[in-house]
Amino acid sequence: MLYAILCYHDEDFVGSWTRDQDAAVMAKLAVVQDKLKKQGRLGPVARLLPTTAATTLRKDDPPVVIDGPYAETKEQLLGFYIVDCENLDGALEVARDLGTANPGGAYEIRPVGFFQPQVHDR
Amino acid sequence: MSDTAWIDAALTSARPQAVGALLRYFRNLDTAEEAFQNACLRALKNWPQNGPPRDPAAWLIMVGRNVAIDEVRRTSKQQALPEDAAISDLEDAEAALTERLDGSHYRDDILRLLFICCHPDLPATQQIALALRIVSGLSVKQIARAFLVSDAAMEQRVTRAKARIASAGVPFETPGAVERSERLAAVAAMIYLIFNEGYSASGDTSEIRKPLCEEAIRLARLLLRLFQSEPEIMGLTSLLLLQHARAAARFDAGGEIVLLDDQDRALWNRKLIAEGLALIDKAMRHRRTGPYQIQAAVAALHSRAARPEDTDWAQIDLLYATLEIMQPSPVVTLNRAVAVSKVRGPEAALQMIEPLGERLSGYFHFFGVRGALLMQLGRHEEARVAFDRAIALANTSAEAAHIRMHLDRLIRDSEPNGSKASKK
Repeated sequence: MLYAILCYHDEDFVGSWTRDQDAAVMAKLAVVQDKLKKQGRLGPVARLLPTTAATTLRKDDPPVVIDGPYAETKEQLLGFYIVDCENLDGALEVARDLGTANPGGAYEIRPVGFFQPQVHDR
Repeated sequence: MSDTAWIDAALTSARPQAVGALLRYFRNLDTAEEAFQNACLRALKNWPQNGPPRDPAAWLIMVGRNVAIDEVRRTSKQQALPEDAAISDLEDAEAALTERLDGSHYRDDILRLLFICCHPDLPATQQIALALRIVSGLSVKQIARAFLVSDAAMEQRVTRAKARIASAGVPFETPGAVERSERLAAVAAMIYLIFNEGYSASGDTSEIRKPLCEEAIRLARLLLRLFQSEPEIMGLTSLLLLQHARAAARFDAGGEIVLLDDQDRALWNRKLIAEGLALIDKAMRHRRTGPYQIQAAVAALHSRAARPEDTDWAQIDLLYATLEIMQPSPVVTLNRAVAVSKVRGPEAALQMIEPLGERLSGYFHFFGVRGALLMQLGRHEEARVAFDRAIALANTSAEAAHIRMHLDRLIRDSEPNGSKASKK
């Protein structure tokens, strides 16, 4: 089963990492990702740009465009992983590994209902 | 990340909000800073044992306030300080309360904190030093290093700046809409100053001064998060990101300047460019243009060109023409002339900058551009005179070296038969 692991963290805090700290975290995460990749279980991985780059379209009638992320919260959605896991325990194990590499914040684990990694015309 | 690295990052990110809130309580910058310092000391002791608080800023505000109030009591009655453990026990209940109290204020708190640093009585260098000390929390030593002055000189600069704003009085009432937008503009200008202080470094100092650029970007993002719908703040942030994205390509291994046309575009930071482009894209939708947005749009056109010859110079010419109307300045016209030389040729550009000669008679770049245009027109003798003048006015050794390279080429080209053909 595919699981989405949604990464939430305080953006101010992540933004206060020095270049070296940021690189060190990314390197540690890469180790966890490599393990999953070798097992053929790693789907798309995304690190999102800061929420200041975000725009929200509220589907009112007519739709309203708002600067900034959908929810203004202490912690923001900063990225996500798609991982193939046997069950919730498996997904939690991956999340724990990722959390050890990058402590702080929270992961939301959501089973994927429909997944279309690429779109082809033909 | 180790405990201390984690705590450092948490303290840095909480600092603007916490010091801003403490300043509102105590209405005195020194007291607010001291309260924050004390709260940090407690955090260093407390957090590794008890784990990180859910909201570090709220924790620091509450502890900072309590410690400062206890300090007053202690000095008046010689009472014992409460145990740290007692403070942390109260944390959950009180932090929630503090967050509610401060949540509604934090935009204006942070804006005020930034705004007092750009008091019009303070010269630009003092504004920057103060902002880096108070808002960013850099140590005097770190700031002194970035400014290439001694610790003592920087200490004095910060102390003087603080004394001046203490006597000038700080506005504590919640600002109205007009006042808020004036503050925003002043703060934006100061952030741009911080960035330029780092960006104008020469090759041998660019690595040392880079933190200034990074800090300016952090402050710009912070400001944008507080004021999400301000197109000029989007423009400013975009401009800083797009310029900083080229940092690795701006100097060669020997510390010499590499001009935009000659830069290795593979060295440009694609992630910063993506963020910069996203922001200018968002800003344009508001159809409320301003100087930062226009400059960011120019930087965006450079970033979008895969090769120098792909640059949309006609569009850059138009953008600078708009900026000339908005913010008439000989430097803007000079920048526009560079675009004009690409679109309509060096003769047209030269005509455009001739009237600027008097006002820019002490400006390095004017003579650099003038020399380059004359050289393209084959007027070598006049070009040499302009380049000589540029070298005399150069601000950094890298600037001088860059012009000298042009001069060498001129001399080489004007030798009979050209030395390119001669064999050594």
